[in-house]
Amino acid sequence: MRYEAPTTVEAAVSLLSAEAGLAKVLSGGTDLLVQMRMGMMEPDLIVDTKRIPGFGDIVEENGGYRVGGAVPSAELNEHAGFTAMYPGVAEGADLIGSTQVQGRATITGNLCNAGPAADSVPCAVAVGCVARIAGPNGKRDVAIEDIPQAPGKTSLEKGELVESLFFPAKPANTGDAYLRFIPRTEMDIAVAGCGISITLDDTGTCTAAKVAIGAVAIKVLVVDEAAQALIGTKVDEAALDALASACSAAAKPITDKRGTVEFRKEVVGVLAKRAAKIALDRAKGA
Amino acid sequence: MASSTGEAPESKGTHQYQPRDFKVVGTTPLRPDGVDKVTGRARFGADMNLPGQLVGKVLRSPHPHAKLVSIDTSEAEALPGVKAVVTRDDFAENEAHHDILCNIMARDKVLYEGHAVAAVAATSRAIALKALKKIKVVYDILPHVTDVDEAMKADAPILHDDMFTHGVDPMPTTASNIAGRCEFGHGDVDAGFEQADIIIERNFKTAATHQGYIEPHACVATVTSDDYGELWGCTQGHFVLRNVSASLVGMDVSKLRVTASEIGGGFGGKTTVFLEPVCLMLAKKSGKPVKMAMTRDEVFKASGPTASSSMDVKIGCTKDGRITAGFAEVRYQGGAFRGAPADFGAMCAFACYALENVKAIGWEVVTNRPKGAAYRAPGAPMSVYAVESVVDELAKAIDMDPIDFRLKNAARNGDKSSYGPKFESLGLVETLEAAKNHPNYQIPLGPNQGRGVASGFWFNFGGETCSTLNVNQDGTVAISVGTPDIGGSRASMCQMAAEELGIPYDQVRAIVTDTSSLGFNDTTEGSRVTFSSGMAVIFAAREIIGKLCERAAMMWDIPVEAVKWEEGKAIPAGANAGDFEPLTLAEIADAAGGTGGPIAGHHEYNADGAGVSFGTHLVDTEVDPETGFVKILRYTVIQDAGKAIHPSYVEGQFQGGAVQGIGWALNEEYIYGDDGKLQNAGFLDYRLPVASDLPMIDTVIVEVPNPGHPYGVRGVGETGIVPPLAAIANSVSDAANLRMTELPMSPPRILKAIHQAEAAE
Repeated sequence: MRYEAPTTVEAAVSLLSAEAGLAKVLSGGTDLLVQMRMGMMEPDLIVDTKRIPGFGDIVEENGGYRVGGAVPSAELNEHAGFTAMYPGVAEGADLIGSTQVQGRATITGNLCNAGPAADSVPCAVAVGCVARIAGPNGKRDVAIEDIPQAPGKTSLEKGELVESLFFPAKPANTGDAYLRFIPRTEMDIAVAGCGISITLDDTGTCTAAKVAIGAVAIKVLVVDEAAQALIGTKVDEAALDALASACSAAAKPITDKRGTVEFRKEVVGVLAKRAAKIALDRAKGA
Repeated sequence: MASSTGEAPESKGTHQYQPRDFKVVGTTPLRPDGVDKVTGRARFGADMNLPGQLVGKVLRSPHPHAKLVSIDTSEAEALPGVKAVVTRDDFAENEAHHDILCNIMARDKVLYEGHAVAAVAATSRAIALKALKKIKVVYDILPHVTDVDEAMKADAPILHDDMFTHGVDPMPTTASNIAGRCEFGHGDVDAGFEQADIIIERNFKTAATHQGYIEPHACVATVTSDDYGELWGCTQGHFVLRNVSASLVGMDVSKLRVTASEIGGGFGGKTTVFLEPVCLMLAKKSGKPVKMAMTRDEVFKASGPTASSSMDVKIGCTKDGRITAGFAEVRYQGGAFRGAPADFGAMCAFACYALENVKAIGWEVVTNRPKGAAYRAPGAPMSVYAVESVVDELAKAIDMDPIDFRLKNAARNGDKSSYGPKFESLGLVETLEAAKNHPNYQIPLGPNQGRGVASGFWFNFGGETCSTLNVNQDGTVAISVGTPDIGGSRASMCQMAAEELGIPYDQVRAIVTDTSSLGFNDTTEGSRVTFSSGMAVIFAAREIIGKLCERAAMMWDIPVEAVKWEEGKAIPAGANAGDFEPLTLAEIADAAGGTGGPIAGHHEYNADGAGVSFGTHLVDTEVDPETGFVKILRYTVIQDAGKAIHPSYVEGQFQGGAVQGIGWALNEEYIYGDDGKLQNAGFLDYRLPVASDLPMIDTVIVEVPNPGHPYGVRGVGETGIVPPLAAIANSVSDAANLRMTELPMSPPRILKAIHQAEAAE
């Protein structure tokens, strides 16, 4: 096994492209190292991104934020400007592992590990996060919901890696929130999760919304019917019930050691409703 | 826990108890091992290293049940860096420890996923792991069974062709997975049910749970070329470990010296032998020291969880709350070998109650799961969960306060226990009264909140024990005990010695010695150490006091009868009173060279009279009706300690038992797939409670002295895990207005039950 820590994104791309065997990107390593330790995988090449300039930075861009591919979630969660703009995304990132784990764990890694239960992903999807991907054919920008495909599987091509995540400027009167269900209170994996973004007009009517649900399918799901249930309403109880039903209907979970199909379908609706209330309060500036 | 002896544990000891005013006992000094533990200096099982040591790793079966056709280790042995490989062929048959032998290294069959098949010692972990992959094992896969009720069926796959149910007359002639049947009770339950106004009958199931100690099993072994062995490791009982390991490896006991490391939790799960004989055999074959440590995955798959259970309980009472009859039938599976604690389950089920008509039947069953191990009051939490759930329901049915209902039926001094012996001295009523008067019992509850109560019992154990006290020349005292300290017992030993000798706590130091420095000591189990080793320390200290008086008499040249010991000093008494200045322990120690040499005390005995222990728990919970999530709002443990030597560590035991019970009740479980494989062999999906799940656990220490101990001590380590399953289930039932009959009460199960209750309305 070879470990490389290149100092340019181009070098990282060529290392990943050239490797004939299994090549893995290491940013925080909080998934990769655990998987290796458990004997789940034996990479031939590990490319550490932490020494590439910019990968550790959070910078303002066009009124939003660009978050480098190796920014630990602890830094994101403590970034005053980011947490003020997207508290729901920061709260999602703050649920990953423990405080110690968050010192290393990155939301880019959380996305690219492609675990359906990734806590930082649904709300990032809901606020329209776009990944900048570097690869042998140059760079491209992709909505992050298009990256995870199935557990452990992404749409990234051979030699590609995510260099940064761009969170666009937040529209006026917009609020976001993320809630997950776990049987404990921390240090656990979501049994169901929901990230939501709601935009209101001056009268308090919902003009835009995006709803993403996690841990209830092979990948994060954007539920358009759920958003439509809110748009044009004052996000009242009837709209919230329709939102919950749409999320429950869209969920395609499995029964496993963490929960049953029925439980996950029902609870993802409950979470959507509760998250929507928080997002609504935030949109109102409460 | 008297699992190794199964003896009826009601007090038979001589009446040792004498009231006194304590000076050191009952205070809360720092433990001698505390600084090392909080600074990371303490050495646990995996912290011992020897020059030139190899790394040992175990190859484990991927199948839950298979014939072991052949094992070819030749390629592994040929790998550079591999120094030894062991398989079943390296261990001779052993009649005395047959099941342990079959468990540490599979013989004709593998009986569970994770069953050890071979082991290697190599110069690095990577080489050892590579070597494991080169071992060729041919399995003939057999059908498996992991559920207790399934395993009892006539057409179930049979684990052992030679298992014929014990305790059934006549003994069956066909083999089954039912290892044994037992029955306890008295009176006529049928007649009792006829007198009842209300009868409630229910079935319950509980999942297997693991002790969940943070420290994985680990040891280091070395064997000299003339066959003397040394072994360091984490264990609750290094004497038993020595005896079993020496036997399996084919050594005289005197040739093996075992040192117990600091221990990162045991809870009964380290009363066992897993790696140690394998490690010794690898060391013997390689001629080098070998270190082995389990991964967490191995801990879950191959070390002992407790039993899962399936139970039927039927209790009848009159309208005014008098229980007329109680019946329980409990079926426990304890993994692939004999030993499921169904007997303790049956014995403890109704122990809290004075009943005219009671019957409890226990079935001990084997399945294709890892060999179970003791877990804190083994067998009791499940059967008590079932009984206390029905008791709660009866109290509700007749609209009686659940504590009043228990007080009306509670076992008291002189009552015949449900499992046989007559109770001599017990503090159940005191715990119930303290619960009723506790402010937490009066706090108003909000919506979706509920309150639960349950009581529980554990026998406690004495056992073979010896201890030595040495007086140092500067007047300090060194205590040697043979019982590993898993709950702060070294501090308690120092307190009891200081109390007797009349010297300050910080002048006494206790260590756990190796197996070559003391006679045999039973394992740290059965809540026995503060009671048994503590009493040995007290008697050894009294022996020292006699010697100190002799030395003082010699120094003063007066008869020894004319010297008494008071407050750490020898004082001339009787006709000589006032003739000499009192001599301190330090002064006598300093002069000991001229009065006969070193001064030491020793006591060896088989401790009897361990006082029974009862506790009552109060729990408030809130159930989220939309998700089934249970939040523990308040938790109160009230337990009889007899006499709390170190109250903080007694409280720690109460809180620890409650927390393990909370995990067992709410989320912990061994989850098996249809393939017979464990699906959650790690702390991510084996859901122990984390700190943020828990409120501060309130405690009340009740002290009803045990007549069998000089200070009145009762063991406190185990009773704390007996009531929580029931108390939490009762609280959840109260909060959600339903009855949960299956543990764990995980959110999917609760939400399902809520919907079923809604549908039924």
